[in-house]
Amino acid sequence: MKPASFEYHRAHDVAEVVELLVELGDDAKIIAGGQSLAPMMNFRLARPSALVDVNPVSGLDYIRREGDLLRIGAMTRHRDVEISRDPEVHDGFAVLPRAARWIGHYPIRCRGTVGGSMAHSDPTAEWCLLALLHDASVVVQGPRGQRTVPVAEWFTGFLTTSGEYDEMVVETQFARPRAYGALTEYARRRGDFAISAVGVAFDKVDNRLTDVSVVLGGVAGVPVRATEAEAMLEGSPATPETWVAASRNAAASVNPPSDLNGDGDYRRQLVETLMQRAFVEALAEGARR
Amino acid sequence: MKDQHLVTMRVNGREHELVIESRKTLADVLRQDLGLTGTHLGCEHGICGACTVLMDGEPIRACLVFGVQADGRELRTVESLADGDELNDLQQAFSKHHGLQCGFCTPGFLMLGEAYLSTNPEPDRDEVREVVSANLCRCTGYQGIVDAVCEVAEKRKVSRG
Repeated sequence: MKPASFEYHRAHDVAEVVELLVELGDDAKIIAGGQSLAPMMNFRLARPSALVDVNPVSGLDYIRREGDLLRIGAMTRHRDVEISRDPEVHDGFAVLPRAARWIGHYPIRCRGTVGGSMAHSDPTAEWCLLALLHDASVVVQGPRGQRTVPVAEWFTGFLTTSGEYDEMVVETQFARPRAYGALTEYARRRGDFAISAVGVAFDKVDNRLTDVSVVLGGVAGVPVRATEAEAMLEGSPATPETWVAASRNAAASVNPPSDLNGDGDYRRQLVETLMQRAFVEALAEGARR
Repeated sequence: MKDQHLVTMRVNGREHELVIESRKTLADVLRQDLGLTGTHLGCEHGICGACTVLMDGEPIRACLVFGVQADGRELRTVESLADGDELNDLQQAFSKHHGLQCGFCTPGFLMLGEAYLSTNPEPDRDEVREVVSANLCRCTGYQGIVDAVCEVAEKRKVSRG
């Protein structure tokens, strides 16, 4: 289908974006890569009165390491992270480039942006899961200046965030670098949104798991942490028995919705299987470094 | 009231100046305003990839970019591949390996292949399979398409020396 009509505006820096958002009101939308917004507009699921195109904004496509933080500019395309060979990315955040391969398809990864994904906040979106996995913060800029929102307070519901209509996501800050990590998911066709997805990250000391985090996607309106499973895993030996039991616990802890892609029970079983695969992949990839 | 914009874009080496409505997708601009109907529209929501074209060398779904966003950009469509009646190497390989049957998806696959080979000249077969998963073909089962892209990668490597 074709989108409804809208007013098109182009912004060249963040200040201009904010100015336009204030002026145009809460019916306007930012368009970055447009890989989610444009389909929604073509389906007329979204009918913004105006679009503010942020593609001409320069200076927001970067990947920077600062101590334990990995800062990714909002206009960084998925593909830029996927093909990054930067040792500062791979040391502690190697799961990011590997997980980026799960995002849509090659042309979608060339166009879609990290900031756009965080703003859209689909509960199975890879960046949203990775952000929760790495205790990330979202930096937004609005007429009241900049603020940094911890990711746990960012997702407020299905496709909903605590960002205001007059604010723009300018950066995502990933924290907690760890030696081992993996994101794995299942969809009926390659590149589709996951039916369920699981991300894990941890360190290993004397063959025991430490600093473990486990995130689940597709099981609720927002990505969720499997906190009980994390507690079970912390300090336990890095053996299949450990993650098989924790995976069972994680699966039992969620009550996923049913839709035409799979009922709740199916999603729960996927969580159990995917989490085990994630541990196997994380250990194999971590060992390769 | 229509929200119209004056834009300039370079398409297949030719400069165009156009007045277009902001709601018009790039795919419709190429087809309707420039008459470049080689770019096909399948699903219009980014699933099928039939409308894949190159913008500044990168593959994009032309149904997910608005025409106004292509202002000042360099575009390439399937019409840029052949030289008169002489098909380019990738088109010839598609023909040779039966990489098409009905042909509807072919322009998208050709531009996807061109984009990928220009940035990743030595792909392995698994990578090519992953790349072509971006587009839908309901006739060939993809085997011929993968064969064609792999053969061209190999031949271009030899000709580069």
